[in-house]
Formats: sequence, C-alpha cells, structure tokens
Amino acid sequence: MSIDTVERAESTPDELQPYAELGLKEDEYLRIRQILGRRPTQSELAMYSIMWSEHCSYKSSKIHLKQFGEKAPHSDRMLAGIGENAGVIAINERLAVTFKVESHNHPSFVEPHQGAATGVGGIVRDILAMGARPVAVMDPLRFGAADHPDTKRVLPGVVGGIGGYGNCLGLPNIGGEVVFDPSYQGNPLVNALCVGVLPTDRLQNKAATGPGNIVVLMGAKTGRDGIGGVSVLASATFDEGSERRRPSVQVGDPFTEKLLIESCLELYEAGLIVGVQDLGGAGLTCALTETAAAAGTGMDIQLDKVPLREPSMESHEVLASESQERMLFIVEPSNLDAVLGVATLWGVIATPIGVVTDTGRVHITWRGETVVDVPPGSLADDGPVYARPLREPADLILLQADRAETLPRPTDLRETLLRMVASPNLCDKAWVTEQYDRYVLGNTILAQPEDSGIIRIDEETGLGIALSVDGNSRYTRLDPYEGAKLALAEAYRNVAVTGATPVAVTDCLNFGSPEDPAVMWQFAEAVRGLADGCQELGIPVTGGNVSFYNQTGAVAIHPTPIVGVLGVLDDVAQRIPMGFAHDNDVVFMLGDTTAELSGSEWAWVVHGHLGGRPPHVDFAREQAIAGLMARAAELQLVHSAHDLSDGGLAQALVESALRKDVGVTVALPEGADPFVSLFSESAGRVLVSVSRGHRQAFEALAAEFEVPITALGITGGDRLAVKDQFEVPLDELREAWSGTLPKIFGT
Amino acid sequence: MKIGVVTFPGSLDDGDAARAARIAGAQAVRLWHADPDLHGVDAVVLPGGFSYGDALRCGAIARFAPIMETIKKAAADGLPVLGICNGFQILCEAHLLPGALTRNQHLHFRNRDQWLRFDNVASAWTGSFVEGQEILIPVKNGEGCFVADADTLDQLEANGQIVARYINGNPNGSMRDIAAIRNEAGNVVGIMPHPEHAVEALTGPSLDGLGFFASVLQYLVAPASPAPAQEAQVRETVTIPEPLIRPTIPVEPDPALAPPAWPEIPARVPAQADDAEPVEADDEADSDPAAEIDEPAVAAAEQRRDSSEH
Amino acid sequence: MARVVVDVMLKPEILDPQGQAVANALPRLGVSDVASVRIGRRVEIEFEGEADVERAREIADKLLANPVIEDYQVKIEEQAS
Repeated sequence: MSIDTVERAESTPDELQPYAELGLKEDEYLRIRQILGRRPTQSELAMYSIMWSEHCSYKSSKIHLKQFGEKAPHSDRMLAGIGENAGVIAINERLAVTFKVESHNHPSFVEPHQGAATGVGGIVRDILAMGARPVAVMDPLRFGAADHPDTKRVLPGVVGGIGGYGNCLGLPNIGGEVVFDPSYQGNPLVNALCVGVLPTDRLQNKAATGPGNIVVLMGAKTGRDGIGGVSVLASATFDEGSERRRPSVQVGDPFTEKLLIESCLELYEAGLIVGVQDLGGAGLTCALTETAAAAGTGMDIQLDKVPLREPSMESHEVLASESQERMLFIVEPSNLDAVLGVATLWGVIATPIGVVTDTGRVHITWRGETVVDVPPGSLADDGPVYARPLREPADLILLQADRAETLPRPTDLRETLLRMVASPNLCDKAWVTEQYDRYVLGNTILAQPEDSGIIRIDEETGLGIALSVDGNSRYTRLDPYEGAKLALAEAYRNVAVTGATPVAVTDCLNFGSPEDPAVMWQFAEAVRGLADGCQELGIPVTGGNVSFYNQTGAVAIHPTPIVGVLGVLDDVAQRIPMGFAHDNDVVFMLGDTTAELSGSEWAWVVHGHLGGRPPHVDFAREQAIAGLMARAAELQLVHSAHDLSDGGLAQALVESALRKDVGVTVALPEGADPFVSLFSESAGRVLVSVSRGHRQAFEALAAEFEVPITALGITGGDRLAVKDQFEVPLDELREAWSGTLPKIFGT
Repeated sequence: MKIGVVTFPGSLDDGDAARAARIAGAQAVRLWHADPDLHGVDAVVLPGGFSYGDALRCGAIARFAPIMETIKKAAADGLPVLGICNGFQILCEAHLLPGALTRNQHLHFRNRDQWLRFDNVASAWTGSFVEGQEILIPVKNGEGCFVADADTLDQLEANGQIVARYINGNPNGSMRDIAAIRNEAGNVVGIMPHPEHAVEALTGPSLDGLGFFASVLQYLVAPASPAPAQEAQVRETVTIPEPLIRPTIPVEPDPALAPPAWPEIPARVPAQADDAEPVEADDEADSDPAAEIDEPAVAAAEQRRDSSEH
Repeated sequence: MARVVVDVMLKPEILDPQGQAVANALPRLGVSDVASVRIGRRVEIEFEGEADVERAREIADKLLANPVIEDYQVKIEEQAS
C-alpha cells in the first residue's frame, strides 16, 4: 500500500484528487495548491476539506458574526470571548464562569441516542478546555409534531442519550426546552449547553507555545468514528469490503470522559500544562492546527504514536477521526512524567505524539514518511469567507399580512385553557426531565421547570449563577430580526425573574442551507437582531455555534436562534422561585398586555395558524424589570416570580399554581378582552406573588423602576379561579397538563 | 468522628456524601478505591454514581476494588457501612447485602422526590428515626429495582431487615416496595434513594437525609442505645466547605514503568501495573481483535525500530 | 415451540465502552491474557409453530438491532426435548 507523501505529491502534480467529493469548490482547491505550492497529499486534502467546511470555518456566517464583536458593549468581566472554546466571564476577583451552547443536530437524527450523548460530551470538553470544572448542563431540544411516528423514535432516543451521558458524568441537568413543530420533522434540533467554574488564575489557553514542548494526546483511542466525510479518499486505496467499516456515528463513553475531566482538572491544578485543546469536530486536524496557529509556532507530529482502536487506519483517517473523549495538551518536557502519571492514576491513556517547533509549519510523519507539511494558520484561520446572497423570503409579505389577531376568538375560556395546558408545547415536561439527574454535585438551587437553572458556585458565600436558554422559532419565522431579539429578551427575563443579574450571552444559531438566499437573509437578520439586542441590554455575546443545512430536501426548518443568558446571584438564598408558595399572597403582573396573538401558542394550537408579526420587544422595559427583580430579591420582598411567555398569563398562572399546589383567584383588568388578557404573548411581563405585608413596598419599588404593575388577585385554595369567567380545580388542571407526554411516549 | 467516603472511578455523589457527613457534624475523609487502607475512619459510605460506567452490571467491577476487601472484613467486625444507590448495588454485588438491583421496570432513568416510610430503624444508620416515620428524599436511578427470591424476601421481612419502603408510588418496580435494607447485624445498610441530597434547605426537597448521618454518629458514641431523638434534623445548614482532600494515591507509580523521556516517544502510557495498582491504561482493552499486535512488547519493539510496516 | 436465537453485537469498528471496562478489570482478578472483551445481547424468540428464520431476521433488522451501529446473527437453536 503506497502512502501519499509530500514527496510523492511533488512528483505527481497532475494526479486527480476528489476535492469535489470532499465538499471543496474548485477555487478552494486551487487555493490550497497555491498555499502549498504543490498539490496537497491525501492527508492534507482531508485536513483542508474538514477545516474549510462550513462547520469548522464558519465561512458563510463569519461576516455576520463579526457584529457580535463590533456591537458588543465593553465588559470588564470578559476574560475570553468569541474564537475561544467558550467565553469566560469573571464573577468576582477569584472565580470565573465559562459557558457555551452547541448543536448536535444531524448526528442526533441519524442515531438519536448516541448523537445526543456525544453532543453533551463535546460541549463538556469545550468547557473543560478553558480550565473549568463543568458544573451543569442544559438542553434546548426541537422535535417534529409530538404525535408523528418518527418523533416516537427520535425523542426517547435523544432524551435517553442526554440523560445517559450527562447523568453518568455527574453533571446536573438544570434546564432547557422541549418544543414540537412540524418544521423539525426531518431535522430535529439537539442543542447542548454546558457551564463550568474556574479560579480566574487557572484560565487555560489553547496556544502551543514554546518550541521544544511536547504534544500529548490524552483519552480514548482513535477509531474510525465520524470519518464518513473523508471515506472517499480511502476508496482509492482500500478494497470494497472495507467501505463498511467507516461509521459516521460516534459512540460516546461517559465513563472515559469522567476520568478525563478529573485528569484534566488535576493537571490544571498542578500547573502541569502550557496549552490545552479539546478534540471535537475535525478531531486531531483541528486541535493540532488551531493550537499551533494560536501560538504562531509549528509542530512535528509522529502520527504513528496515536493509539488506535483499529490498527488498519490510514493517516488521513487518523487526522479526520472524530473519536470522542480526547484532549490535546502542550507540556514542558520536565513536566511530561508528571502528566503521564496523572493519566495513569485515573486510568486514561496519555501519549506524547510530537513536539512544538518554531518552523511555522505543522509537519506530520506516518510510517516514517512526511504526509503533511502545512502552515497551520491556513487551515485554522484563513479559510474561505463568503458573502452569500441574501433575499427576503418571497412569502414573507403575505405571511406577515395574515395576522392572528383577526382569528375567531373562543367563547369558552375554560375549555380553551384546558386544551392549551395539555398541548405538547405547554404541557408538563417531567417525562423528559425526570430522566435527568438534577441533584448531583449538591449545588442545584433551581432546576427545570423553573424559569432559570441556578447553581451555587461558592458554598462559603452563597455566590451563584443563573442560566436560561430560549428561542421561539415561530416568531423568528415571522420576523427573524425581532424574533432573535425576543429570544434574547425571554432568556434575559427568565434569568432576571429569579433575582439574578444577567451578565453574558451565548447562542446556537440553527438554520437551513446558507446557499439558499432566503435562509441566509433570515440568518443575517437574526444575527443583526441579536447583536443589536445585546448592545441595548449591555451584555456581550461570549461565544456560540452556528448550525446550517438544517433542512429536509429543499425545505428549511424555521430559523431557530437559541439564546442562553448567564446571570449572577450574590447569594443564592435570595433566589426567587416560580411557584406560589403561601396562601393569601397578593398576585401582581408586571408590564403591559396588548393584543399580540400572531405567532402565539394559542394561534398554533387552536387554529394551526402562523402569520402576522411577533410581539413587540422593549429592552428598556426588560432592563427595568431586571433591576426591579434584583432589588426585590435583595430585599426579600417577593415569594415567587414567573416569566410570561408562550401561552401568556393563563399558562403562567397554571404553572405557578401547580408548582406547589397553591391555588389562585384573579380578576382580569376591566375593559380588556378577557381572552386577550389570558392568552396574549406580549413580552416584558412577569407574574409575581408578594406577601400582604410587603405589598406597598413592592408597589413603591415598581414605581421607582417605572415598571407598570397590576394587582391581579390572591393566592390560596385548591383551584385556579378567574373572576366572572371560570374556575378549574388544580387536580383537573394537573391531569390535563401532566398527561400529554406519558400518553404519547408511554409511562 | 470520621466518616469515610469511597471514590471509585465513576463515583459521582462522593462529594455530596462528604458534604452531608460534614453538615451532620462528622469529619469527612475521602477514600480512594485502590487504597486498601481505611485511614482510621469510624464508618464508611459507598456513594452513588456509575462506577466503571456501570459496565456489565452496576457495581460488578467496583466490588473487586482493593478497598472493598478491607471493607468486607471491617464490616464483618461491625464497621458501619452505608451504600447509597450505586453503593447499594456494590454492596449487593459484594454479597454484603442480599438481593440485587435491576433495571427499572419502566426502563427509564428516573429522578424525582420520593416519599419513604421506615419499617425498621434498628440499624447503625437509622437510629435517629422512628418506626413508621415518613421522609422525602430524592430518588435517581436507572437500575434501582430491588429483586430477590421469595424466601430471601420473607426472611428479610421476618428479621426486620427491611429498613424503608417506597410510599405514594414505587419509582422503579422494587419488590415489596423495598427502598432500603440492612444486614442481620444492622451495621450495613443499602438504600436506593439519596439521603445526601436532602441535607440543605436550599438544595434538597427536605432535610430528612441528615438523619442517616446523625444516626451513625450517635451509634458510634453509644452503639447499644441509639437515641430516638430527631435532633439532627433541626440543624442549621451552614456549609463549611471541606478542605480539598485529595484522594490518597495508593502506590507510587512503578519507576520501571515510567515513560522514557522525550524525544524517545513511548507508544503509550505503561500498561498493566500489578494488582495493587488497579488503575489501568487500556492497552489490553482494545475493542478490535486485530489490535492484538498492539501489545506492549510489540509496541516497544516497534518503538525501537521505528518500524514502517504495520 | 421453536426457538430462534438472535445475537446482537456492536459492529467491530464501533467503540464498546462496556467491553472495554470489563477487559480493564480482568487483571484485578488475576487474568492477564485477555486481548479484548466485547459485550452484546442474546435474544431468544419462541415461535408457536415452526422456527421462522426469515421472520426472525426481519424482527432483528427492524427492532432488535440498530443497523447503524449493530450487527446481528440469527440461528435456530436445537432444543433437547
């Protein structure tokens, strides 16, 4: 078997190469030849094809994502931002937090369980690579229609995979979303968020500095996982039967990842490493070239040293493999023994595979011959960048004109309420969340179904962080600019209602094909909306992920930007939960309600309707509410607070009442349409319960922050009563609310 | 009083068990699976988690850890041992407790707040509770369904070895709603739900879990007459972070196995250590039969020749 | 009654974390000459009449194995009667 060495590439300049099959355009291929001054070897071609793919190079999104940096408000808190494995935010002088949300959509459709599991594993390693101990995960999920047969295959697999991996890693799952919409039927979305905590002085760097330092690969052996993309290269040199042996599915091993986490943290703690990078998409290729490019150094790598699960692997397969649970370290020679010792203690493999050089080239040998000799920056940083054509979707004008506000409204509000709470998007998600461990690590202060997950990060002081992830793709479909802002507003509000102060943003942008100008327009608008929103709120985007090509045939999913907001709570004892806690508390609504029904859950559930324009966003109002809630938490004025969003006031009342089985009686504002009061989805609203003794103080505080406040009623009893309208016993509500998912997916 | 908490590879609730012991007023000592020394602890907790990734059967591999030999002997001499969740599974696999924990009947991992009722409180870990008392603590497991043959179950009932049962719903299909059992002597208790997650008002559904840790402290002071008081449960839950106690490293890495210094790149980390060093690099675990050629000797030979054929 | 046995195994190139963990534990039991362990599932299907291998294969293909990551073998078990 002949190896396609650099020498051979030089002597056979005209050999045809399958660049198109690897997804490279002709001009991209020519550029590679230009960079190298010759044709690439097979291994090099594999590396460029992966690193220049949409997934790794962000070639379609880059010019838009720039806005996150340009419009970002200055933040002293930001220790690492976009371009790093994850953004890092200083919480105080001593502690920092790192968090990021990422997609694993396509693998999760092919093999839901493993796809979702490895999605969790991947984002956890990103957090680990920053020097942090991962402390919690969250999962925003999107599935096709709940009653579609394929959803019964995909959802249980995805949920089992997330639980199986996260539970086994010992990370509490503290929140997320489960949303059903036919637009995801052939393309479910599995996004995973991880958050970690580190001492500020332990922040790690991916740069492979210091020529002479040693490159160490730690973790699982390398197999043919996820190399489906480059298998076309192998078909030239392998017999046909071996085609079969190229799984595009990666299998996760959370046990190895757990040992990897403990090993890494020991290495960081002991200061044994110079640089670190996780191996995710693009595997070794990405890790080697990014670490070298970040430092402006080079590397000599002996690829034969990489421990293989399958000895018959070829060099381009080793370089492209996406085998899970691996990390790359840059280690000073004097620390090598100590690093390998830590690995031995925890029972993971660690292998020196090369050395850092000052050549500015990544030089890789295989079977003693040179198979790669490239400038790492050309792969890691200087990939192609496209300004793709944008065009507003042709149907948008008609769609926006078809307003839900004109739909026939119900006469029986009680029946509507029961139907709404039982609908797949508004019903109880315990079927899903009970499969996740929310208690492990003993620092979970709030978890789903609360508005935010809250984790205590300092047991001594009670310092904590709050996290929420949100996105409403119907809104984004109707208006991607406003829809992205609404997602941001909701996540921000969800954090704020717990009493935490929002400080940073991460996002996962799930869209169709960037080659479709209509999709690209949606993307550009959503990014602009998000960047503008962050600017107005004064909190930066610290990192995130773009997932394109989410479509079935020519039909794209609804544009789905998922926004995660991180908040800080100085003392978690002050957190405000969502459930009514005591009888005879006064129930208030903060904010204003107008007739905003377009894109609403009601329009969808009752009329199967999507049209009009989404609700209006007012960031000044959102900030005022956040200020008010933070102060109210500090003063301990409030017993509960719950964000109003999907399903409007009606849904919020139901959720707050059912949380601790405390009923409520409300009177809707006079003069307003009761239906609108209950089901409108106007943004910037919060449902709050306050003890009678604190009523005046809270009203005064609302006035101080200039937040409109309406007294709605009183907590207590065993029913939800809306004066002059209807009453529903909590038992009946609970039955309707909690029965839906078990009915579909089994008990 | 010192309560030891064992960390196996894949233990997850070890930190929580140590915190619970601390809040109850004990000194928590972190023990390492590969170190057979119990370091003078007065009681041991085998914590929850997925030791060895729950491979084969939950607890089946952890049972062979060096520390388990010591624990088995000490338990026979009366050392109080509490196995929580995965710890319960390990105790059953190690035959310190009868029966076995199998896959939940509904086949899902399930995490919820669960009510239990005490059947019998005459154990080292439950003396501060009273018979018939109902408590609320989290349950979270995928394989928590207790099974045993009818004779064993009858015997457990007859001997008063059923410590607690699930009430208001059985979360996993356990036979006779069993949530916790003890050995005949009463010093070894296995419980599927998680008392260590119900020790602080801010993080747990109740403070009911503290009673287990308070009980063993009382028992250690006066084993014959466990006080019935529930004092432990009124403790304020101020957390004093435990100084980071690193796992005791049992054996210095064998110098003979130390990797050669750069640039003589070793093929991998030295593989099999002796029995006292059960942390395995996974040389021999290759999943591909063809990987036989990966044996250390071959690897070493290759290293010397820097061979180009393979 | 006729029994068909279906053995479901992860495909050889797919990582088997379970088998790996078991193999790693063997030295502790004094077993040092095992190269690899892989763990699969054995499924026994009892037909009411004749053993129907084709039907069993169909069941295996559609339900028992996940063809994305698993292989299976179907065989009729000779029963001692």
